[in-house]
Parts: sequence; C-alpha cells; structure tokens
Amino acid sequence: MAEKVFYAMYDDDDILKDGAKHLVSKGVKVSEVFSPFPIHGIDPIIGLKNTRLGIMAFIYGLTGLLLATIGMRYFMVTDWPMNIGGKPNESYLDNMLAFVPITFEFTVLCAAHGMAITYMLRNKILPGMPAYNPDPRTTDDRFVIEIRTSENSKFSAEELNAMLKETGIVELDQKEI
Amino acid sequence: MEFKIANKAKMLTLILMGLGALCLIIGIISDLGSHHLTQRLLVNGLTNGFYFFALALGALFFLALQYATESGWYASVKRIIEAQAGFLPYGIGLLGLVLLIITLMDGAHIYIWMDPEVVKSDPIVAGKAFYLNKIFFWVRTIAYFGVYYWYFWGFKKRSLLEDKVGGTDLHFTNYKKAAVFLVFFAVFSSTSAWDWLMSVDVHWFSTLFGWYTFAGMWCSAMVVLVLTVLYLKKLGYLPKVNENHIHDIGKWVFATSFLWSYLFFSQYMLIWYANIPEEVTYYVTRTQDFRFVYFFMFIINFAFPMLILMSRDAKRHAGILSFVGLIILAGHWLDVWIMVSAGSMGTNAHIGFIEIGMAVLIAGFFIRILLTNLSKAPLTPVNHPFLDESIHHEI
Repeated sequence: MAEKVFYAMYDDDDILKDGAKHLVSKGVKVSEVFSPFPIHGIDPIIGLKNTRLGIMAFIYGLTGLLLATIGMRYFMVTDWPMNIGGKPNESYLDNMLAFVPITFEFTVLCAAHGMAITYMLRNKILPGMPAYNPDPRTTDDRFVIEIRTSENSKFSAEELNAMLKETGIVELDQKEI
Repeated sequence: MEFKIANKAKMLTLILMGLGALCLIIGIISDLGSHHLTQRLLVNGLTNGFYFFALALGALFFLALQYATESGWYASVKRIIEAQAGFLPYGIGLLGLVLLIITLMDGAHIYIWMDPEVVKSDPIVAGKAFYLNKIFFWVRTIAYFGVYYWYFWGFKKRSLLEDKVGGTDLHFTNYKKAAVFLVFFAVFSSTSAWDWLMSVDVHWFSTLFGWYTFAGMWCSAMVVLVLTVLYLKKLGYLPKVNENHIHDIGKWVFATSFLWSYLFFSQYMLIWYANIPEEVTYYVTRTQDFRFVYFFMFIINFAFPMLILMSRDAKRHAGILSFVGLIILAGHWLDVWIMVSAGSMGTNAHIGFIEIGMAVLIAGFFIRILLTNLSKAPLTPVNHPFLDESIHHEI
C-alpha cells in the first residue's frame, strides 16, 4: 500500500502546539515537527523520548580522559622521561598535577567533537547530505507537522485530512511515497 | 503562605545546640591542662564565625546577583535567600566578637602580625605593617561589616515594602543598588579573605586566595539554599516551587563546586610548579601535616558533586541532593578550618570534641535563626515583577 505523508503548515508555534495536542488527544501519532527554532514544550506533547546525547557525551569525555592519560604517560614518562623545571618524570603520579590541564582539555575536546558528530550523524545533517526538510519556509517563519499513514493505521487518509483541517493550519500538503 | 516553625524543628535545633555545647564542654575539660586551649578555642571561633558569616554573605551576594541580572526564575525562592542572608547580623556579631578577642590578645598566635614583638623581630611582617596593623585592620573590618549590613538592610526593607506597594520602581532601585553592591563585594570579598584568613599565614600570599574563599562561600550558600527549599517542600510549603527550580539550584551547587575546585587547583598547581620556597611553605604544611584531611577535603568537595550530581535526574532528586549537600557543607567547613588552624596551630591542630562541638552548636543556632527569619515574612513574595515568570519556570 502506498504510504501517504501529510505536511500541515502553521504560522505560529503556539497554534502548532495546540494542534499537536488536539491530534495526539485523538490518538494520532505525530512523526515529526519542523521548526526554525526549538519549540519549548513540544517534546512531551508528541511523545519524544529524552535525548541520550548526554550519556554519549559522558562516554566520549571518558574516552578523552583515558586517551590523554595513556598518551601522556607514554610520551612523558615511559618512552622519554622528561625533566621540566627540575621535576623529573619518574612516575606519572609524581607529576600528576602538570598533566591535569591537558587531560581536562582533551576530555572537553573529545566530548564536544563526539557530541557534535553524533548529533549530525543521528539527524542525518552531515555536510553535503540532502535536505530532509519538506519545505524551505520551515527554516524561516513557518512550522510543519508531519503525519504518516503507516504510523496511523487506525485512521484512513480522509480522516487524518479532516482532523488536520480542524487545527489552525495555513496550508496542507500531501505526498505519496 | 506564612511559615510556622514546627515544634519538632524547634526541639531539634535546641538538641543540636545542646549536643554541641555538651561536646564543647567535654572538649574544654579534657583539654584544660593544654597550653593551646585558648588558641584552639579562638581558631575554632574564627573558623565557625567566618563559615557561618559566609553562609549568610553568600546568600546576600546571590540575591544581589539575581537583582543585578534581573533574573526571573528565583522569584519564588527569593524569601528563602533573604532568610538565609538574614543571619548576617548574627554572623557579623560572631565573627566580630572573635576578631575582637584575638585583637585584644595581641593576635593570640593566630594573627602573629598583631604581636609587637613579632613585628620587631620579623622583617617580613614589619614590611607588611603598613597594611596589617590593628587600626587599619579594624577600619577595614568595620567597613566590610558596615557595607554588607547596609545593603542587606536595604534589600530586606525594599523586599517587604514591595509586597505592599508593588510596581516596578522598587525593582529598578534594587537593580541599581545590587549592581553597586556587587562592585563593593568584588573588592571586599577578596580583601576580607586576605585580612581574616590569609593573614594567618602572614609570610605567605596568593592573589587567588580571595576568589578561592569566595567560591567556597558561594558553594556552601547554594547548598544551604537547596536544603532549605527541600525541607520546606517536604513540609508542604512553597507550592509554586517545582522541580525545575530545584534543578536550577542543584546546577548552582554543581557549578560552584567546580568553580571552587578549579580555583583550588589553579592555586595549588601554580605554586607547585613554580616551587618558590616562600610560596610552597603554605602547601608543605598542608600536604605534610594535614595530608589526609587536606586531600579528603578536596575529594569530597570535588569528586562527590562531580560524580553524583552530574546527571539531570540527580539534580531533581531530593534525597541525592541532600546527601551530597550535607557532605559539601562539611567539606567546606573543613576547608576553612584547615585554612585557619594549619597556619596558626600547625601540627597541634586536630579535630576533636572542641571542633565538632563548636561547629554543631553554631550550626544549631544558624538553623534556628534561619527558620525564625523564614517565619517573619510570607514565603512567596506577592508583588515581585518576575513572580509570574518564576511560577512558569520550566527547563
């Protein structure tokens, strides 16, 4: 069966929020919302789960911490013990203080880059990737709700169409995939 | 809604004060023969006087910060910050009394620069005598106390007045006054830390010391704020304060712990790296004579909040926040205690009945004053211009 996708456009984020609430209360699954800026409070309405990016950030940070420690221990202690300012590096722990700033910086570097790259991969917005956006106006001043028939098998396309028209839309677009 | 102190809380603070006094008396009796008894009592007086004064001053600073930045979220917990800052007169009294006794005893081996014999024989102390002398010390101390109290009094007066008259005039007055207060505070928080705490180690100096002390003060003030809010929430007060506010204060606890740790490390590492004899003495005393306590203090003030409060859910969980909060409070008390006692008593200092007793006694007193202050004004300000924003605060 061909899948139909509805794109309902709004010109105000509050009206979109009301519309989404209305649809969800009837049991419609909203699959995506496009907006030029983050809409405060939309996540619980359309049933988005909390982001797991924070967990990944922690793991990336831990990776950076370990890499920095292992690396510096090898460069500065094992491979070629350095004597800086009369402080010979006989063991890593002796001069631990000197290594803390670099460890910190590398942790931040790994966490930040890891987060940014994960975010782009997960959202398929790496440079050069095709735009996933249904309408370029959603990057300016319009807001779009996306509804798929495959996710709403309870309703027919006509019912979904009628329900969307009950909300304060300014445009309604349909596509078949 | 008006807050009434529960009888249980009254009893508990009395028990705390009683236990503290009992411990203190046991400590004094068992220490009667020692030469160091007076000095030990004064060291603890200075530690606790400064620590609890700083809890109030940290709250006053935080209040001024919110006024100056015109924040909205804090409006529904504003009265708690004010009640905490309301300990300021008592803190001034305590700290002032201890400083006065020390001055009358010519430094009591704590501020050795007050001792005329030392000034004569010690060229370094003599060289600092233009700044560190009794008269100028008291001029500065009175200036700090006076300015802090003056602004506290003004903020409190206008806050209560705002409940009656409303409007935005008082808000803009607060905005201006807070900005000026922050300028005074920026200078005074540093110089007062030099005068009251750094001058214990009179041969040593660090330009970071003021910020370090200030960061510790700020962190412990935030902890007291979050604990008070949680306590009031548990009793069913503050219906307008939701978990988003608690999350925000939790973030302050987390962030200021990091600020403190960052300054601790900056001061420590630079002195360790440069390795100049006149600078490292400070850390040699602490890392050799106080090895365990010093690093234990650093770990509980840094690692605990970092690891436990990192996740979002932990900052919204009353149990975790209270647990970490109490540990941080103890940690920062230890920090101040080491600052004062390591420099003055050296290896003779240890934690015993006197230390614990006096801290518990004054903690009980502090809690009692805090609760009394809370009961004196409506818990939620009525006409704060950002009250509506605060009620709808969501993060």
